[in-house]
Amino acid sequence: MSLSPTGALRHTGSLFAMGLDVLRTMPKRPFQMREFIQQAWFVASVTILPTALVSIPFGAVIALQIGSLTRQLGAQSFSGAASVLAVLREASPIVTALLIAGAGGTAICADLGARKIREEIDAMQVLGIDPIHRLVVPRVLATMLVAVLLNGLVSVVGVAGGYFFNVVLQNGTPGAYLASFTTLAQLSDLWAAEFKALVFGAIAAIVASYKGLTAKGGPKGVGDAVNQSVVITFMLLFVTNFVMTAVYFQVVPQKG
Amino acid sequence: MGVEIGVEGLTKSFGHQVIWQDVSLTLPAGEVSVMLGPSGTGKSVFLKTLVGLLKPDRGSIRIAGTDITALREHDLYEVRKLFGVLFQDGALFGSMNLYDNIAFPLREHTRRPESEIRRTVLEKMDMVGLIGAEDKLPGEISGGMRKRAGLARALVLDPEIILFDEPDSGLDPVRVAYLNQLIVDLNAQIDATFLIVTHDIASARQVPDNIGLLFRRELVMFGPREKLLTSEEPVVRQFLGGRMQGPIGMAEEKDAAQVEQELAQLGADADPAPPGVPDLTPRLLPTAGITRPPRWEAIADRESLRQVRASIRGKAAGS
Repeated sequence: MSLSPTGALRHTGSLFAMGLDVLRTMPKRPFQMREFIQQAWFVASVTILPTALVSIPFGAVIALQIGSLTRQLGAQSFSGAASVLAVLREASPIVTALLIAGAGGTAICADLGARKIREEIDAMQVLGIDPIHRLVVPRVLATMLVAVLLNGLVSVVGVAGGYFFNVVLQNGTPGAYLASFTTLAQLSDLWAAEFKALVFGAIAAIVASYKGLTAKGGPKGVGDAVNQSVVITFMLLFVTNFVMTAVYFQVVPQKG
Repeated sequence: MGVEIGVEGLTKSFGHQVIWQDVSLTLPAGEVSVMLGPSGTGKSVFLKTLVGLLKPDRGSIRIAGTDITALREHDLYEVRKLFGVLFQDGALFGSMNLYDNIAFPLREHTRRPESEIRRTVLEKMDMVGLIGAEDKLPGEISGGMRKRAGLARALVLDPEIILFDEPDSGLDPVRVAYLNQLIVDLNAQIDATFLIVTHDIASARQVPDNIGLLFRRELVMFGPREKLLTSEEPVVRQFLGGRMQGPIGMAEEKDAAQVEQELAQLGADADPAPPGVPDLTPRLLPTAGITRPPRWEAIADRESLRQVRASIRGKAAGS
């Protein structure tokens, strides 16, 4: 990637153009069901275990922080409410995003990049097959689906981890922890988190596909593409997360 | 029946670097053409431009009456169904075995039943001599087999135009000879328009109807085989003769004075082709078992006539 300002603009433009292409190609028949299922299975298989393993300590850290804070304030009965809120609203979409981008996105980018430099993509285009329709759309949809499902997994595992650390290790009261679950959090928080995960999955897959399909310069080019795709995805995800959170607070009335 | 390709004033550059400019030529329908050129003269870029994978800066490419440089991406996919392209390394899909690779275009573009697909695929695999290797993955076979499998995949949709990107690179001389024979046989059988991009001179002498030479960012010459093989143009002579003396240098082109001196030196030593008697390699003809279309009948007649003349001339010189 060139460092000139026009180069950066051009890459931004083509990335956005590819996002639009994906949207436009999505309704095109025949839908690549086989590829979609394979990819969904693949992305799920590379992300489930690391996601679960990351979300346990993540939930624990939040529980520990909140636990000691609430004890100082004398508001132990609210520690359950606060940790659920933190896990559900912020932690789970972000953990999902990081793992989707780090495990799923890199795999997609490396796969497409290797195909690109072996001229497989060119061969496909010459055979009259649009790689966006045949390869990218199924990958984007599969990643979105897996991201939504993973977000649910992270929420459950994170909350369970928080419960374990608060109740078992910090001697919190189980009843108070469970009873305060819904004092601050509400159902729309879950929907918002799922929606975030959906968008993050789409962004991660589109950036990974774009970087993979534009890889050039032999095997080193594929390595570079994977590296850049992770960096770009992370930056985009955090910005998008901020914007979506800000909008969410404006649109949905808060409890409490 | 093949399709004519008309290229007019084609120019392509990457950034400030001009690859070639103002290339104009016509690939006649149903004929075999070869594009020659030293390494790095943009032969592969030319080929990719012809199928619309790269957009030229200027100029037009007319295929069956439509200018493909003006087409939108969507319509381009339709035009590309006319093409079969053999990429340098075969460009097979690494995750599929050979059978699935070759069946891929049929499964994507047609609604034929699997039994019919199987028949077509096996027929093409037989044509390139790959029967028995259906279940092999591209990673498990040799470069020559990958090329032949790539060719079978390019043929499976019965293309009107077939492009070959260096079919002979990385192959041993025997396999190159077989591949050349295969190309000639194919041309006689399916009558498509062929363009072969290569720097193998032996193939260029035997196989094509027309030869073009790319050098110094332009098309030096394009025309019938006889015209190029007997040309006095220094670049053409040097390239076809595989000599060091001439305008083509190791890194790039040499300066004019040095070329002049080298050519004078070479002329003084020995002129490889005595003037007046063009040294023409005989053309490769389709294998005996294949029914030759009228075009190939005419070529075969011309070839045998030339051989008779050459033998008479040889006897005259000997006596």
